[in-house]
Amino acid sequence: MAFEYAPAPESRAIVDLKSSYGLFIDGDFVDSLDGRSFKSISPASEEVLAEVTEAGPADVDRAVSAARRAHTRVWSRMAGAERAKYLYRIARLLAERSRELAVLESLDNGKPIKESRDVDVPLVAAYFFYYAGWADKLEYAGAGPDPKSLGVAGQVIPWNFPLLMLAWKIAPALAAGNTVVLKPAETTSLTALAFAEICTQADLPAGVVNIVTGAGETGRAIVEHADVDKVAFTGSTDVGKAIARSVAGTAKRLTLELGGKAANIVFDDAPVDQAVEGIVNGIFFNQGHVCCAGSRLLVQENVAAEVLDRLKRRMATLRIGDPLDKNTDVGAINSAEQLAKIRELSDVGEAEGAQRWSAPCELPERGYWFPPTIFTGVSQAHRIAREEIFGPVLSVLTFRTPAEAVEKANNTPFGLSAGVWTDKGSRILWVANQLRAGVVWANTFNKFDPTSPFGGYKESGYGREGGRHGLEAYLR
Amino acid sequence: MTPSTESRIDVRKTYKLFIDGAFPRSESGRTYVATDGKGRFLANAALASRKDARDAVAAARKAFAGWSGRTPYNRGQVIYRIAEMLEGRRAQFVDEVARCEGITAKKAHDTVSAAVDRVVWYAGWADKIAQVAGNTNPVAGPYFDFSVPEPTGVVAVIAPQDSTLLGLVSVLAPAIVTGNTTVVLAAERGPLPAITLTEVLATSDLPAGVVNVLTGKISEVAPWLAAHMDVNAVDLTGITDPDTARDLEIAAADNLKRVLRPQPHTWSQTPGIARLTWALETKTVWHPIGI
Amino acid sequence: MATRSIKTTAKAWAIDTAISMIDLTTLEGQDTAGKVAALCAKARRPDPADPTCPQVAAVCVYADLVPVAVQALRGSGVRVASVATAFPSGRAALDVKLADTRDAVEAGADEVDMVIDRGAFLAGRYQQVFEEITAVRAAVAGDGAGDGAGGGSGAHLKVILETGELATYDNVRRASWLAMLAGADFIKTSTGKISPAATLPVTLVMLEAVRDFRAATGRQVGLKPAGGIRTSKDAIRHLVLVNETVGEDWLSPDWFRIGASSLLNDLLMQRTKMSTGRYSGPDYFTLD
Repeated sequence: MAFEYAPAPESRAIVDLKSSYGLFIDGDFVDSLDGRSFKSISPASEEVLAEVTEAGPADVDRAVSAARRAHTRVWSRMAGAERAKYLYRIARLLAERSRELAVLESLDNGKPIKESRDVDVPLVAAYFFYYAGWADKLEYAGAGPDPKSLGVAGQVIPWNFPLLMLAWKIAPALAAGNTVVLKPAETTSLTALAFAEICTQADLPAGVVNIVTGAGETGRAIVEHADVDKVAFTGSTDVGKAIARSVAGTAKRLTLELGGKAANIVFDDAPVDQAVEGIVNGIFFNQGHVCCAGSRLLVQENVAAEVLDRLKRRMATLRIGDPLDKNTDVGAINSAEQLAKIRELSDVGEAEGAQRWSAPCELPERGYWFPPTIFTGVSQAHRIAREEIFGPVLSVLTFRTPAEAVEKANNTPFGLSAGVWTDKGSRILWVANQLRAGVVWANTFNKFDPTSPFGGYKESGYGREGGRHGLEAYLR
Repeated sequence: MTPSTESRIDVRKTYKLFIDGAFPRSESGRTYVATDGKGRFLANAALASRKDARDAVAAARKAFAGWSGRTPYNRGQVIYRIAEMLEGRRAQFVDEVARCEGITAKKAHDTVSAAVDRVVWYAGWADKIAQVAGNTNPVAGPYFDFSVPEPTGVVAVIAPQDSTLLGLVSVLAPAIVTGNTTVVLAAERGPLPAITLTEVLATSDLPAGVVNVLTGKISEVAPWLAAHMDVNAVDLTGITDPDTARDLEIAAADNLKRVLRPQPHTWSQTPGIARLTWALETKTVWHPIGI
Repeated sequence: MATRSIKTTAKAWAIDTAISMIDLTTLEGQDTAGKVAALCAKARRPDPADPTCPQVAAVCVYADLVPVAVQALRGSGVRVASVATAFPSGRAALDVKLADTRDAVEAGADEVDMVIDRGAFLAGRYQQVFEEITAVRAAVAGDGAGDGAGGGSGAHLKVILETGELATYDNVRRASWLAMLAGADFIKTSTGKISPAATLPVTLVMLEAVRDFRAATGRQVGLKPAGGIRTSKDAIRHLVLVNETVGEDWLSPDWFRIGASSLLNDLLMQRTKMSTGRYSGPDYFTLD
């Protein structure tokens, strides 16, 4: 008898998908002024989920005006304790609707339900709950005895953690007394629009949160809008640089959370099976669509063969497929465009002489899929060791000594995150100290928490999100 | 017999650059005239070139690992030593500040006093800033999680034009006390106190390369520093022209330097910690808790 | 002659030429297969971000790691050089040195970098030094004939004089002639383990030697300064010296090599500076 796992799909019925969605401006869903729209599709099936409105510059202007009014007249004047209660309300509503949001996120993004259900959405509620409590305690946040909000925050977020990135942006901004105009990524607008409904259910004053959907041009209109006081962006380093140039010479404050090429360093004394779990979690979590993914495995040369053997064995047990199936470990690639990029860089890796190995798995016929893949024989001089692939592709390099591991780990323009696996406490602290990265996971990987500051060194951006530090970006 | 001091010709100083702990002339061999507040000749200062800027950045990068790796206690002692050395040269600084800024000896005296006190104030921050800017994070899980501030790296500083010593130490001391290394472009017209300060730094146990001082033209040197891919942050305090500030900020975006924009300042006021924190990174470290 | 001004297109040419002349070297007790494979990747593609960047000439390793380099560089056009003859001291019996040499050649080395017996040289036993070189020459050729004209394996022989230990320019010149007469394809300054290594005056003396040797015998011998050339400025000064002393005939990787490791990244940074108009930094180039 074959010992087979039964499919266990989460029901879609919990989600009430509308055929089309407007922009959420000044407390209402409205059409765009020029009537343009685009389709949001499910990357696992290529099915059209809904029609989403594309905001033009005039729509962005309406949203910024609404946010300005709300800031001046309502939100900045409201006692912190009252703002806190709105945020607590939102946190509770998010928890109440958590299953619906998880299903919607998996549908729209392609990530496995167990991830959206157990990681993303619980964290979303947690971020709001955490920052809610700050709203009436800002004088203790370290920004001085009488901190003030900045005004209108323009926020542009990526498609890899749509609702979680929204929470990272909106929760601290609102707690600090700012109002926001937020643009979700064009391939993953739906949970942001569901969040708009939640703002309505919470009776959040009109204009405090505005959600404008669209692509790069919409984002540019937000960033360049003269009445925006603060820009927060999560996404690619190239776009981050363009934003930094565009706010140059203005009074706009800027925080950027950008790309990475994190080293995950495995020493020869590391517990191998745990390290393998950490490697898998580091690069295959969320299909590798993670800016802080452990995409460069640096393994000590004397244990490389053993680690790789066990890694391959573990990868063979990963289940790829329907994001709504509770058994699924690795879901769909978010878009055709991203899939093309992953394929291109993987081909480059092979052309450069690295050895490619993919977990044996059957990929669904429709949708965008890429098998969990590792490249061995990679060195720093390979493009796949330097460029962010943003997919389930791991580059494996070796090192001989702790100093060499650190040197290679830091030999990149990025500096977002890193991992270190060793049994030796003093070595953990030494390596953590030497790494030029904003987050260091020691004997763990890809952990997030609202109390824990997150953000990069060097070209991975500036500013921190999460914790007390995350408030600094929204206070003066 | 003691020779008469009345007739003695004084020995004047050659004002040079300060790079990697040494005092070179500009590699370009050029100088320019530093003047007092009324445009009168004070001295020929070295006119730094882009290559001097490059060498200064290389020196600062080389010094970074060692300086940032010192214990904060030790950095605090070195910075405090700078204050001691400054104090010992008060008369010289009063004279130069008065001439460069065109202020009275009395006012220059107060300014130098404030500069010494400012250095002492920042010295004390060396082993305290981590306790103010860092913390443990009470995460919802079995992990020990803490955040610590770390220096961002090599910081290019365009020094204030209006305050040639007090302004200078007010931007320089907070950058280095946390472990950054620096390349400073001194006040363009009145760079003399900055150069004399380097003589103080050279005798303060400050490792070579932690502070490098260039004298010269903002228009010639600043763009190279702002665009240099091995500079991590740029302090534009000394830029008075908004268009120049914008252009430098645009150049700084090439490698996403941390940028401190020009802003109004009153150097005599007690500073907050903003000048410490702007050139700090926050590093967060996670580790599981278990048996 | 180090004061020649090299700018714009000539400088760009000089930088690319210098890169193409590098024998990218790792000669450490701690070398491993992983280290050598990484170095080979760097040799094939010094700047992963720029496909127009030339490859280096060769990768230089110890004999036991030649198979790793051969495997990693297959089809790339980058040659594999191996040190041999009890490198770096040269203190071993001749048959040990010959076995060392055969090891390297049989493992697939395209080039063998041997060291001379400096002790014998300084003691005045020039004949012994000469005969050792001819014997190694024969072992490299794989034909035992030692006629200095290459042979079976086609591998090249570079003879390291270790000029820092020879102490005087007269000795450098004498050792250069001795090596060339004994059949060296290249003469090389140093192992990199002794300081001073390659200096401009030493390179000049050796350039004059290869120039005069060709004039006297008609045979052209290459030159490889190694050790101590760390900056683009150093490298370009050496190229100027080549150009002024022996002329264009030697300005190619076939006749002039630079043994180096850290030099490569400095050249790459200069190269990037010329194309972008701003100074670059070490984060943008790979450490391998």
